[in-house]
Amino acid sequence: MGRKITIEPVTRVEGHGKVTIHLDDNGEVAQSRLHIVEFRGFERFVQGRPYWEVPVLVQRLCGICPVSHHIAAAKALDVVVGAGTGDGLTPVAEKMRRLMHYGQIFQSHTLHFFYLASPDLLFGYDAAPEKRNVINIAEANKELAVQAIMMRKYGQEVILATAGKKIHGTGAIPGGVNKNLSIHERDALLHGEPQLSADKMVELSQSALEFFKDYYKKNKSFIDNFSRFDSNYLSLVRKDGALDLYHGVLRAVNSEGKKILNDVDYQDYLEYIREDVRSWTYMKFPYLTHLGKDQGWYRVGPLARLNTADFIPTALAQKEFEEYKKNTFGSPNNMCMHTHWARLIETLHAAEMIRDLLNDSDLQKENLVTTGTRQGRGVGVIEAPRGTLFHEYEVNNDDQITKCNLIVSTTNNNEPMNRGVNHVAKAFMSGKKEITESMMNAVEVVIRAYDPCLSCATHAYGEMPLEISLYDSKENVIEQKRK
Amino acid sequence: MGTFVKFYIDGKECIARHGTQLVKAACENNIYIPTLCNYPGIPPKGACRICAVIVNDKAVTACTTKVSESIVVHNNTPELEKFRKSVVEMLLSEGNHFCPSCEKSGTCELQALAYRYRVTVSGFPYMFPFREIEAWHPKLMKDHNRCIQCKRCIRGIKNDQRKSIFAFGKRGTHVEINIDHDASEGISDELAQRSMDICPVGAILRKRKGFDVPIGRRKYDNKPIGSDL
Repeated sequence: MGRKITIEPVTRVEGHGKVTIHLDDNGEVAQSRLHIVEFRGFERFVQGRPYWEVPVLVQRLCGICPVSHHIAAAKALDVVVGAGTGDGLTPVAEKMRRLMHYGQIFQSHTLHFFYLASPDLLFGYDAAPEKRNVINIAEANKELAVQAIMMRKYGQEVILATAGKKIHGTGAIPGGVNKNLSIHERDALLHGEPQLSADKMVELSQSALEFFKDYYKKNKSFIDNFSRFDSNYLSLVRKDGALDLYHGVLRAVNSEGKKILNDVDYQDYLEYIREDVRSWTYMKFPYLTHLGKDQGWYRVGPLARLNTADFIPTALAQKEFEEYKKNTFGSPNNMCMHTHWARLIETLHAAEMIRDLLNDSDLQKENLVTTGTRQGRGVGVIEAPRGTLFHEYEVNNDDQITKCNLIVSTTNNNEPMNRGVNHVAKAFMSGKKEITESMMNAVEVVIRAYDPCLSCATHAYGEMPLEISLYDSKENVIEQKRK
Repeated sequence: MGTFVKFYIDGKECIARHGTQLVKAACENNIYIPTLCNYPGIPPKGACRICAVIVNDKAVTACTTKVSESIVVHNNTPELEKFRKSVVEMLLSEGNHFCPSCEKSGTCELQALAYRYRVTVSGFPYMFPFREIEAWHPKLMKDHNRCIQCKRCIRGIKNDQRKSIFAFGKRGTHVEINIDHDASEGISDELAQRSMDICPVGAILRKRKGFDVPIGRRKYDNKPIGSDL
């Protein structure tokens, strides 16, 4: 008799969800799904609120990447207040936002790699569950744990200096920012405490990359082949093709590197991207309109960004990028676990960007806000840590929000995460008499590679873990595990 | 000019001119009596009751009481502090006060008092009333969710003809303070800003201008309410 497995909750991800795996009568995996089971409704209750309140309101979607929502909303409302579509801000305003954003990228990537993913890498996905956590990382490798804490702390300090608070600040306002960076704040970040300087963060980022590359040498087969599949990739890139996490044009490439969305203006994103809904999950399924639902789905995030970008505009990260690209002979990288590698290259890039921005005297200028002719609609897009993030708002003549549409990074990765789960379930569970804990964790490992924020994606509220259920062919629950 | 009188607050000997408002007289003697509906320069109303004190064994509102010779005032007692905390909790329960996205956060007197009395959650059931936002005015927005009906705006904001630009509308439990169409027509940016500033909460907002004071520089970020006498 067939079976259905439920993994619920999935752990070490941000958000609440579950995985169901259906086995047929022969014990083969017939279907796997990642369900997101919460609903929050931000797009609805933001309606009626004054537009200038929105960047502060919508960042409450998330406690990990609030800066992404804060800035994406501010960018959309820049358009509404007539400050242009990303290039109309004053230098101090744009650079303060960039500094805030790269601080966020730095701390979020660090959080994911060291706190959430590294237990799987250090101890193995088949290690005892009580061992696979950050506490045991600290016991097994104290130096690595201290490094993680210092890097995350530094990123949070950058956010504090630019947004006023480490979580849920108010730095970005429609048309600009509400503060510049004082000399005191700059000096503290540039060369404050010995372990918390900009140069030290560059050094620690390089060390994290060396750690991963060393692991890769020893575990090449696992990293190359675990949940490896072809897909399209989407991200912002700078107009000259450089990696740019704050602003740019939308570019998508297919698994062979051919451009399938050629550097288009994101104000017109509705012409290129649609969202499909399915009855069994609150998370939508975006796809490129011209390719349709079946062929148009795509991946976003670090793996996608290093596939779409032509180069990285900071020296050390560019060098690492070249080595990374050599690994696939310049072609797009379709190996899921290489997302960790790409994420660490971006971490290094963020550290370099922070250091360079801190040395830019524009940050001490006073002209904080730009205004122009009021518009009725604005779209803001940013490369959040987890991928491309869309915010769209319509504002009436009384300055109230009348429509809001959010396509969050994790939502963009919905189809690939489902495919990844299916891929791993088939590889690890098909035909097996017993479903072990390590098989279930393998499913979580692939979800974790995308660093999903399920609460962002559904704009959801509640406890964060995820579960896995095993069903037979008659839809009876055979096995269910929560963590 | 009245003559100086001697009086006592919580046993401390104080001096003020005869007839001075008790809240003000206490402040002159470095003693804080919390207020919400009271505002310097406009006639007191005694609406919110948070300034309740005991004067000569009788409960009164300090904003509507004047000092006189030898009165004995009890201000900082456990019973009064508990009562004041309850007033804050009732106000928080009665409206929709979502501090995380309110631009008055950090300068809001109700929020500051909630911090003072360590209100982490209201002891009264939240009513979650459905209330509209009045957004038609070109320079002002009135968010009825946050209004505590202290009437500071009605009493303190007048146009060039000395007419209040805010007025009560509706009745009973549905009563709300509205922007007067005629009286508010053509108001200056300065008056719009004063309207926002006089509101102790985030119920009156100046349009197209928000969150421009960074965290760390807001009124109560570094000086809790009552510490800046």
